[in-house]
Amino acid sequence: MAEHCAVIGVGQTQHDAKRIDVSQYGLVREAAARALEDAGLTYADIDAVVVGKAPDMFEGVMMPELMLADSLGAAGKPLLRVHTAGSVGGSTAIVAASLIQAGVHERVLTVTYEKQSESNAMWALSVKVPFQQGMVAGAGGYFAPLIRAYMKRSGAPEDTGIRVALKDRLNALKNPYAHLKLEGVDFDQIANSPMLWDPIRYLETCPSSDGACAMVLGNTAAAKKAPRKPAWVHATAMRTEPTMFSGRDQVNPQAGQDCARVLYKKAGISDPRKEIDCCEIYVPFSWFEPMWMENLHFAPESEGWKMTYEGATALDGDLPVNMSGGVLSSNPIGASGMLRFAEVANQIRGEAGEHQVDGAKKGFGHAYGGGSQFFSMWIVGDQPL
Amino acid sequence: MRDVAVVSFAQTKNVRRENRRNEVEMLIPVVQEAIENGGVPKDEIGFYCSGSTDYLAGQSFSFVMAVDALGAWPPIAESHVEMDGAWALYEAWIKIQCGETDSALIFSFGRSSPGVVRETLTLQLDPYTLAPLGADPVCLAALQARALLDSSDHSEREMAEIAARNRADAKSNPYAQLTGDFDVDQLLAEPYFVSPLRKHDCPPISDGATAMVIAADDVARKASKKPAWIRGIDHRIESHQLGLRDLAKSTSTSLAGEKAGAVDIDVAELHAPFSHQELILRDALNLGDDVKVNPSGGALAANSVMVAGLTRIGEAANAIWNGDARRALGHATSGPCLQQNLVCVLEGE
Repeated sequence: MAEHCAVIGVGQTQHDAKRIDVSQYGLVREAAARALEDAGLTYADIDAVVVGKAPDMFEGVMMPELMLADSLGAAGKPLLRVHTAGSVGGSTAIVAASLIQAGVHERVLTVTYEKQSESNAMWALSVKVPFQQGMVAGAGGYFAPLIRAYMKRSGAPEDTGIRVALKDRLNALKNPYAHLKLEGVDFDQIANSPMLWDPIRYLETCPSSDGACAMVLGNTAAAKKAPRKPAWVHATAMRTEPTMFSGRDQVNPQAGQDCARVLYKKAGISDPRKEIDCCEIYVPFSWFEPMWMENLHFAPESEGWKMTYEGATALDGDLPVNMSGGVLSSNPIGASGMLRFAEVANQIRGEAGEHQVDGAKKGFGHAYGGGSQFFSMWIVGDQPL
Repeated sequence: MRDVAVVSFAQTKNVRRENRRNEVEMLIPVVQEAIENGGVPKDEIGFYCSGSTDYLAGQSFSFVMAVDALGAWPPIAESHVEMDGAWALYEAWIKIQCGETDSALIFSFGRSSPGVVRETLTLQLDPYTLAPLGADPVCLAALQARALLDSSDHSEREMAEIAARNRADAKSNPYAQLTGDFDVDQLLAEPYFVSPLRKHDCPPISDGATAMVIAADDVARKASKKPAWIRGIDHRIESHQLGLRDLAKSTSTSLAGEKAGAVDIDVAELHAPFSHQELILRDALNLGDDVKVNPSGGALAANSVMVAGLTRIGEAANAIWNGDARRALGHATSGPCLQQNLVCVLEGE
């Protein structure tokens, strides 16, 4: 690396089912303005802009970063648009960080968003093209059999998913930006919610959200001038594998395992469970918490559910996971990955408010996409590595 | 900055309608060719990056299946931009600058034939103020051509000469689609298509795919006898609102060219889908009459959307490999009326 990279500003919108009060322009500006304010900067201080979002059909505008150039102050600057499926929020942060690490820019604004209410995500995911297998029933229909396979493989108790959902929904009550805030939510309410894609219940599922997330990333010089404590990027990694081939383990994908391994190596971490203080992991369906705990080497295979069961992943556990309420509570798809990266950066910065983990020094941000085949991850710390 | 070079480039023939192969099947041979000619063993390629757009395929996540062309097993480090492949090259170049990898494979694909590309690209416009006007890319390019003709000494004859020259040069490009000898007077006798553009001022509608391998320092020197070194690469965007720009100029190209060090150029491959845009780009980059422009025939001879920009950089590398240039420039554009532009300057040893 030519340069260290630090998160010096974080901003996100209020996430909601329909943000009819703002256009796409207004939505991205809400997040960008907050990130710039957090960093004590204006658009004029920014060298380059990196935009990320999931499929353009979710809003019905082809390559919308072109029209967003004006609202993000990008005219006259380099602008990149990343799209790596559900992992895009994480990948976008990684591309933005690499512009700093390469020594090309000093301060980069990166913004991700989805305004799902502009179109119909279920339709956009289900366009049938010739000679390809259809998506049938959106993401839930795709992932439910993988969860069923995990349950069988691990012998996890049937209520593990309910416990994850309850934890994340209680955490969301402490997050002012969260979309779903279920006051008084309890175990029975989740257990009795309708079964959508067996074994996934309604309240074990992520919502469809409108929302955006932005970060200002800077090099060492920019971080020194920042008004608030920076979170330093210790390591980033991305891995991809094909969607389907004979013998592919979709429950515990190799790409996720490899990605985590290379990430820990780069960050100098030998025992992630001990050395990492908190995680924001991409969990769109509750059962993915134990599945990813195993995939990311926080728990031995078939034992990830024990972390949930024993309360290790709770806000007061030894490895808090999804302190913000996670994807289960806010899911503007293109931004969902960056929200994980940004939330964990805020933990390190001590800026997480009511859902702050005391004294968090090393945090893990994670996103995945496609058929559990695209992974992007980062580790941030309170000091440069 | 690390020295990074283009060590191989492969492309499909551009065709009006690729009916027999899907995107993966189009990509497999060019990816294989780029790897074979690149000289970097496949298992040593440390990063993959592609450029494409869902709206051409008419399908969300259309790039996901493209991974199948790579043999992504064991898992690979990979990324994708919803942009022309030239910007995938930029991302890969950055990854190498970070020291994350010493080599990368870049690829892009675009099939316009399944839809009506004029209608598809209209969906690229601001949905509140521009898209409802129904002005498609040809109409917008015509507005730009009119702005150029009205504000300069350039003429419709020059535009026709550019079209004729590109398509004549394309005769020696086996991958080009629209080639041949055209008489400028006869071209000018044709009716307007969208005034002041005639059919010959517009690009063909193409299906195609490309792949490129780049490598750093000694990896490039070991892989290739003649690396085409990237001496500068930069990209800039302008306002999306056409009324906020002087359409007769390309300030973002000028800026990117300045940052990329676009001087002493022997050959320039300019991504100018419309004839008048070559004039605008030449001006923006201060290219003199001694600079050979688009020996490949450019986008007027083959214009696979999301591919044609990366192809310009590949053709600039070809000019170095052929000995036609010591320093060559590859340019890519995106968005209505040259909204976004990338300039890459290549040099031989």
